[in-house]
Amino acid sequence: MSDLHANAASYVRNEMLPPSDPPAMQTGAIKWLRENLFSGWLNTILTILGFAAIFFLLKEFTPWFLHGVWKANSLGECREIIAATWGEDAHGACWAVIRERWNQFMFGFYPRELYWRPILALLLLMVALAPILFSERSNKLWIAGGVVAALVLWLSVSYGQFLPVGILVVIAAVTALLGSRGAQWPSNLIWFSGLFPGLAFWLLWGGTVWLPVVAMLGFVVGWIAFRFASTVMGAIVGAGAGVVAAFLWWYFVAGPLVDALTQITGRTQPFWLRGVDSDEFGGFVLAFTIGIAGIAISLPMGIILALGRRSDMPLVKGLCVGFIEFIRGVPLITLLFVASLLLNYFLPPGTNFDIILRVIIMVTLFSAAYIAEVIRGGLAALPRGQYEAADALGLDYWKAQRLIIMPQALKISIPGIVSSFIGLFKDTTLVVFVALLDPLKGITDAVRASIEWKGVYWEPYIFVGAIFFIVCFSMSRYSMYLENKLKREHR
Amino acid sequence: MSDPHAITREIDRSHMQVSDEVAIQITGMNKWYGAFHVLRDINMTVNRGERIVICGPSGSGKSTLIRCINRLEEHQQGQIVVDGIELTNDLKNIDKVRSEVGMVFQHFNLFPHLTILENCTLAPIWVRKVPKKEAEATAMHFLEKVKIPEQANKYPGQLSGGQQQRVAIARSLCMKPRIMLFDEPTSALDPEMIKEVLDTMIELAEEGMTMLCVTHEMGFAQAVANRVIFMDQGQIVEQNEPKEFFNNPQSDRTKLFLSQILGH
Ligand SMILES: Nc1ncnc2c1ncn2[C@@H]1O[C@H](COP(=O)(O)OP(=O)(O)OP(=O)(O)O)[C@@H](O)[C@H]1O
Ligand SMILES: [Mg+2]
Repeated sequence: MSDLHANAASYVRNEMLPPSDPPAMQTGAIKWLRENLFSGWLNTILTILGFAAIFFLLKEFTPWFLHGVWKANSLGECREIIAATWGEDAHGACWAVIRERWNQFMFGFYPRELYWRPILALLLLMVALAPILFSERSNKLWIAGGVVAALVLWLSVSYGQFLPVGILVVIAAVTALLGSRGAQWPSNLIWFSGLFPGLAFWLLWGGTVWLPVVAMLGFVVGWIAFRFASTVMGAIVGAGAGVVAAFLWWYFVAGPLVDALTQITGRTQPFWLRGVDSDEFGGFVLAFTIGIAGIAISLPMGIILALGRRSDMPLVKGLCVGFIEFIRGVPLITLLFVASLLLNYFLPPGTNFDIILRVIIMVTLFSAAYIAEVIRGGLAALPRGQYEAADALGLDYWKAQRLIIMPQALKISIPGIVSSFIGLFKDTTLVVFVALLDPLKGITDAVRASIEWKGVYWEPYIFVGAIFFIVCFSMSRYSMYLENKLKREHR
Repeated sequence: MSDPHAITREIDRSHMQVSDEVAIQITGMNKWYGAFHVLRDINMTVNRGERIVICGPSGSGKSTLIRCINRLEEHQQGQIVVDGIELTNDLKNIDKVRSEVGMVFQHFNLFPHLTILENCTLAPIWVRKVPKKEAEATAMHFLEKVKIPEQANKYPGQLSGGQQQRVAIARSLCMKPRIMLFDEPTSALDPEMIKEVLDTMIELAEEGMTMLCVTHEMGFAQAVANRVIFMDQGQIVEQNEPKEFFNNPQSDRTKLFLSQILGH
C-alpha cells in the first residue's frame, strides 16, 4: 500500500486544506430563519402575520397578567388596588380570588376540619401508584417517598386529631421500606396498591371501616371461588363461579355483616370516621375521585372487553360488541343523566346508592368502551406466530394472554390508552350537569355567586384550566417515559 | 450432488436407535379449510427415535400436517394419537400433548418482550411449575448446547436470525419434549446461518430425539433422516429411507420434485 502511495501521481494533493467557515448566509440562526421562516413570498407573509398576532396578543395579555393582584378580599378591592398602582385605565388580573377561595376550588364544601383526609388519600395514592408505575428503583423515588412522608407528618401536626394516625402511617411506611431493603422496592408495595381503593373510600367518605373491608373481601371471596372452581371445572367455569360468588357476597352477606360488625365496634375511633356526604364533595377532590377511580377500573375492564370482542364464543363476543357499540354511540352526558335519574327507578326502593359512585360507574363504562377498542387495535397488531408459539409451549388461554399477548398489546396501545385516560379526566367536569360541583363550572359558579367575587371571569377558568393541563401533561409525559423505557428494553 | 449445505461432518449414530414403541399414530386423517380439502387420508406411524423429513411442493400441506400433530390445526376426520393420547376437543389432552411436543417455526416466534433466558424459562415455570432457579439452570444448559449462553440476557431483537432460531430450539427443549416438530426451520435464514441451525438439529438427532422436520435441506435429510416422506396435494405420495428415496424414486411426481430441487 505504502508503495502505491509513494508513487502516486504528483498532481494529487497529499495534504488537505482546512475547511473554511461557510458564508454567514449559510450558518446558524440566519440560515435557519431563511430556510424555515422566509423561504418564499407566501412564507414570509405568513411569518410576519404570525409575529404580528403574537405581538398583539402579548401586548394585551402581559400587562393584564403582570398587574395581577394576589392579596385582596373582593373583586372591588382588587380593582381599587390596580387603579391605585397602575392608573385608572389599567386593567389586571385578580388572582386573589384563587388565593381566597383556594380551599373551595380544591375541596368544594368538604368539611374544613377534615381536609386532611382527602390530602392523606392523595399522598397514599402516590405510594400505591409507585409499584404500578415504576418497576425500577431510583433515587427520585426515594426523594418522592421522603416528600410524601414529610407531608404526612406535616398534615398530622397541623390537624391535631390526626396526629396518631399520621405517626402510625409513617411508622408503617418506614418499617415496610426498611423491611424490604434489597428486595424489589417499589414492586413489593403492590399489596398496598391492592388495599388502597378501600382505604381511599374510607378516608373520603368516612363512616364505618367495615363497609370497605367487607366490600373488598368480596374480591377475595370471588378469587377463592375462582381458584377452587377452576381447578375442578376449568378456567371459564371458574371465572363465572368467581363472579357469581362475589356478587352473592355483596348482595346477601355484605349488608348484614357490615351492620353486625358496626354494632360491635360502635363509633369508636379506629373503626369509625366522621361521615361526609357526597353533596359536600366538590372541586378537585371530586374531579380526582371520579377521574382516578374511573381510570383504575376502566383499564382492566377495557382489557376484558377487548378480549371478549375477539372471543370465539358467540355469546361473549355478541355481548361485548353490543356493549362497546352502545356505549360509544351515546354521549357521556346521557349516561350521566341515566346515572342521576333513571338508575333510581331500577334500584330497590330505599337503597341509597351514592350519586358519586353512580357517576363513577358511568364514566368508567364510557371510558372502558374506548379503551377496549384501543387495546383491540394492539391485539390485532400482534403477529399470529405469538399466539401459536404460546399454544405450542402448552400455555393455556389465560396464561398466554397474561404473559405473552397482553404485555405486547398494551405496549403498542400505550398512546391510545393514555389519550383515553386524559379524555376521561377532563370529562369529569361534565358532572356539573348532574348537580355535582366540578371545579370548572360548579365551583366557579359558586364562587361568582358570592357578593365579593361577582363578575370575576377569566381568573378561575385560567387557574382550573392550568391545573387540568398540568395533570394531563404529566400523564402524557409518563406515557412517553414508559414507551421509551419499553423500547429501550425490547429494541 | 450440488447441495450448498451438504453435511460434511461425521454423524455419530450410536444413539440413533428406532424403537418399536409408537410415538405418533395417524390413521385415516382428513382436513378441510372450508371446501378446500388440504389433507387427504393421511396414514402414518412414527416410532420413538425416528427422524423423519417431510418434503414436497409449496402448498402441499406439509405445515398443516405437522401443525395437526400438536393441534395448532384441528383435523376433521380420522385419528391422531400422540404418546398414547388421542387429540380430540378435550383441552386437557391438548395441553398434555403440547407439553410433550416441541415445535420450531419458520419465523422463530420468540417473545420479543422477554429476554432470551425468560423466553426459555417461561413455559417450564408456568406450565410445568418448575421452580425459577431450576428452570434457569435448565435454560442455561440448553442455551449452552445451542452455543449461545452469552446472549441469555439480551432480547430477541438483538440477535441474528440464526441465533434466534437456535434460541427457539432451546426454548422448546427446556420443556423436555419427547418429540420435536420443525416447520422449515431454516428457510427464513441467510445461507451462512443455515449451517449453525442444522448443526444444532443434527446434535439433537444424535441424542436420539424423535423428530419430524419439514425442510428442503436434502443434505440434512440424507445425513440424518431415517425416512423421507414426500407430500403432494395433501397426500403422502411416497416414503422411503433416504438412499432409496433420492436414488430410486418411485412416482413421477417425486421424480419431478427431486429434479426441480436438486437438478440445478
Ligand atoms: N388458514 C387457512 N385457511 C385456508 N387455507 C389455508 C389455510 N392455511 C393453509 N391453507 C392452504 O392449505 C394448503 C396447504 O398449506 P400448507 O401451509 O400446509 O402448505 P405447505 O406444504 O406448508 O407449503 P409451504 O411449503 O409453502 O409452506 C395451501 O394451499 C394453503 O393455501
Ligand atoms: Mg409451510
